[in-house]
Amino acid sequence: MTAGRRVPRSATLVAGCVLAGLVLAVAVVSFFWLPFPPDDTSGDRLMPPGLPHLLGTDKLGRDLLTQLMIGARVALEAGAGSVLIGGLVGLTGGLAAGFATRWLDDTISALLDILIAFPTVLLAMLVTAAREASLGSAVIAIGLAMSAIVARLTRVLVKRVLAQDFITASRTSGTSWPRVVVEHVLPNIWPTLSVNLALQFGLAVLAEASLSYLGLGAPPPNASWGRMLQEAQASVFIAPAGVIAPGVLLVVLVVGVNLIADGVRDVADPTRRRTR
Amino acid sequence: MTLLTVAGLHVRSPEGRDLVSDVSFTLDAGERLGLIGESGSGKSMTALAIMGLTPPGMTVSGSVVFDVPSLDRIEVVGAGERRLTSLRGRATSTVFQEPLTALDPLMRVGRQVAEPLRRRRGLRGRALRAAVTAALEEVRLADPERIARAYPHEISGGQRQRVAIAMAIACDPALLIADEPTTALDVTVQADVLALLDGLVEERGMALLFISHDLAVVSRIAERVIVLKDGAAVESGSAGEVVNAPRHPYTRDLVGSARRLDGALDGAIDGAVDWRTP
Amino acid sequence: MTRPILEVRGAHFAYGRSAPVLTDVSVAVTPGRSLALVGESGAGKTTLLRLLLGLARPTSGQVLYQGKELAPRDRSLMREFRRGVQTVFQDPYSSLDPRQRVGRIVSEPLRSLGLRENMTARVAAALDAVGLPEDAASRYPQEFSGGQRQRIAIARAIVCEPRVLLADEPVSALDVSTRVRVVDLLRELRETRALTVVMVSHDLAVVAALCQEVAVLERGRIVERGDTAQVLGAPRHAYTRRLIDSVPRLPPPKG
Repeated sequence: MTAGRRVPRSATLVAGCVLAGLVLAVAVVSFFWLPFPPDDTSGDRLMPPGLPHLLGTDKLGRDLLTQLMIGARVALEAGAGSVLIGGLVGLTGGLAAGFATRWLDDTISALLDILIAFPTVLLAMLVTAAREASLGSAVIAIGLAMSAIVARLTRVLVKRVLAQDFITASRTSGTSWPRVVVEHVLPNIWPTLSVNLALQFGLAVLAEASLSYLGLGAPPPNASWGRMLQEAQASVFIAPAGVIAPGVLLVVLVVGVNLIADGVRDVADPTRRRTR
Repeated sequence: MTLLTVAGLHVRSPEGRDLVSDVSFTLDAGERLGLIGESGSGKSMTALAIMGLTPPGMTVSGSVVFDVPSLDRIEVVGAGERRLTSLRGRATSTVFQEPLTALDPLMRVGRQVAEPLRRRRGLRGRALRAAVTAALEEVRLADPERIARAYPHEISGGQRQRVAIAMAIACDPALLIADEPTTALDVTVQADVLALLDGLVEERGMALLFISHDLAVVSRIAERVIVLKDGAAVESGSAGEVVNAPRHPYTRDLVGSARRLDGALDGAIDGAVDWRTP
Repeated sequence: MTRPILEVRGAHFAYGRSAPVLTDVSVAVTPGRSLALVGESGAGKTTLLRLLLGLARPTSGQVLYQGKELAPRDRSLMREFRRGVQTVFQDPYSSLDPRQRVGRIVSEPLRSLGLRENMTARVAAALDAVGLPEDAASRYPQEFSGGQRQRIAIARAIVCEPRVLLADEPVSALDVSTRVRVVDLLRELRETRALTVVMVSHDLAVVAALCQEVAVLERGRIVERGDTAQVLGAPRHAYTRRLIDSVPRLPPPKG
């Protein structure tokens, strides 16, 4: 964006920043300050919200707010890590398939179909078996599963851009293929891709929660919203806060990130601006 | 006998832009009217409004009345979908610019032509097949049986447009609307398709609303023309009058441009490459 | 006779094992003699243009620039070729990257060819030459009409001062009055910049206005070739005659 130009405002973008920023703030604060030590089980079990445990305690007597704050950190790490892996692997694969012709394209597409058909849980179990049950393993599994979807989308977008005359114009100007990718292909696929990556970020956070719920994510004492949900599930009628709190934050984060993606696209995409 | 009366037709976009403003004309049975305009002139929107097919969000006002002898009088503006459906096909039918998108790519040509014949004339089985062949023959398609079995992508652009014309006239419409029907075609094919349209309209006594940006094409097929600019009619009259003595500056510019291109070609044909700069 | 600047010799072209698109096509572009490739869709015009642009290689036969055969590995020749031969497309909507400002679009050949001196001034001069306002460089293509967009595409094509301009139906997507203005512009550039225009077109009037020579293609073969006046005035091939007769004309002015 050229300096001095007024950045157009977008209500979507502002709303998204507020929601996701809330979770980010919680995660940042968790590094410096926590109401109780994470492994402090000194509280009474399943206490309702009140003092000194603002949101109450879980079935082991740990402070829920503390767990929730650490969980925010884990959720963001899971989302960002998965999107980083899925985005990089997927973009590379998708670009390769997009530029490839016939058999290479067919081969890559077939591999992607297999990867997409592969359940994430199974992938996570394989990665966990090869390494250990950790946040890292979960992120790798989620990222790999995501990469297939990102690659397939990238491939279609790349093919569509490559069919445009401005690519030919660029080639006949003497521009090399790598520069064509940087100058024309990436900028033109990015708006659609980035919205999808934001969606994937949300799905990754949810996937990490599910894997933790199944015991395939970060092991205790690292709190994950997914495991909090799992552990609180049995006592949902006695201590509903244990389910409601992580659930609400999960929704806030996922919705926030999606709104940001929509907002950024609206603001940054010159083709969406009204023509004079 | 007046077939179509358009009075004070107005189409406004959802953003509040006037796409068509205060367009009025009448069309008699068997008459041929040309609607001339460049991109953004509102000519296609006018055609859509006449058929009651304006995209959602558009505000249409004014009046479009069809008075087809065998049907009830119909006011299109504000009419419900059921009334409009009864109108389409019998009162009016359309041929669009791009024959490839006007046909269903996954359906054999014969079945697509059969559809209106089955629906309107209630034909079945052998009679239907015979009617399809006859319809394809009528648009001068050689080897109609083969064309009927083909998918749209397996035949040429000119053949596709002929198929689209066959579908459009299958229900004997009183008015045929042709929206840039030859713009996507090669010059020689365009000449053939124009001749075909000319003949069909003549034989069947259909009225024709021919929409095009090309003055030469319109003046070849229409008796009367209306020139549209920015949604408003700036000039109307007989094709000869408008082409030979344009009154509005915009029409003069259009005619001048077309004449210059004609002149370049004539100059070349007469042996001297000549491009007069005005 | 002047040596041809761009030439296709005995070119055949086919995709895989399917029917040939071009059969034994030879075309020579002489400096100062603009050439039109005329024919209908499927005649092979666009494929021939792709050969002339070095975007495709003939199955057999040669493409020569200034007498030397184009070879993708000969980088200095290719660079000289890219600088000397530029192109304009039919669809002014697809030919400009919607995410780049006009200034960046127009300067692309300069950047790709490493001609980075006075880039801003050269871009401004090119935009001026095609009749666009100065502030055009900082705007996006979406802000311009079809005719203006085609002017932007022409500015990009002339910014590195090429000798040949290959144009694929450069005005057929434009309205009639805009078409005449763009033809005027191309004629002017042809004169003032010593450009030789090679144009694919089915519009004989535009061909007559712009090109001194015509080659008529039918089903992948050149069926007639010569001076525009000769080919259009006294067509020898039946197909050429049919083409000329099919051009829609205004009724002759009265009086």
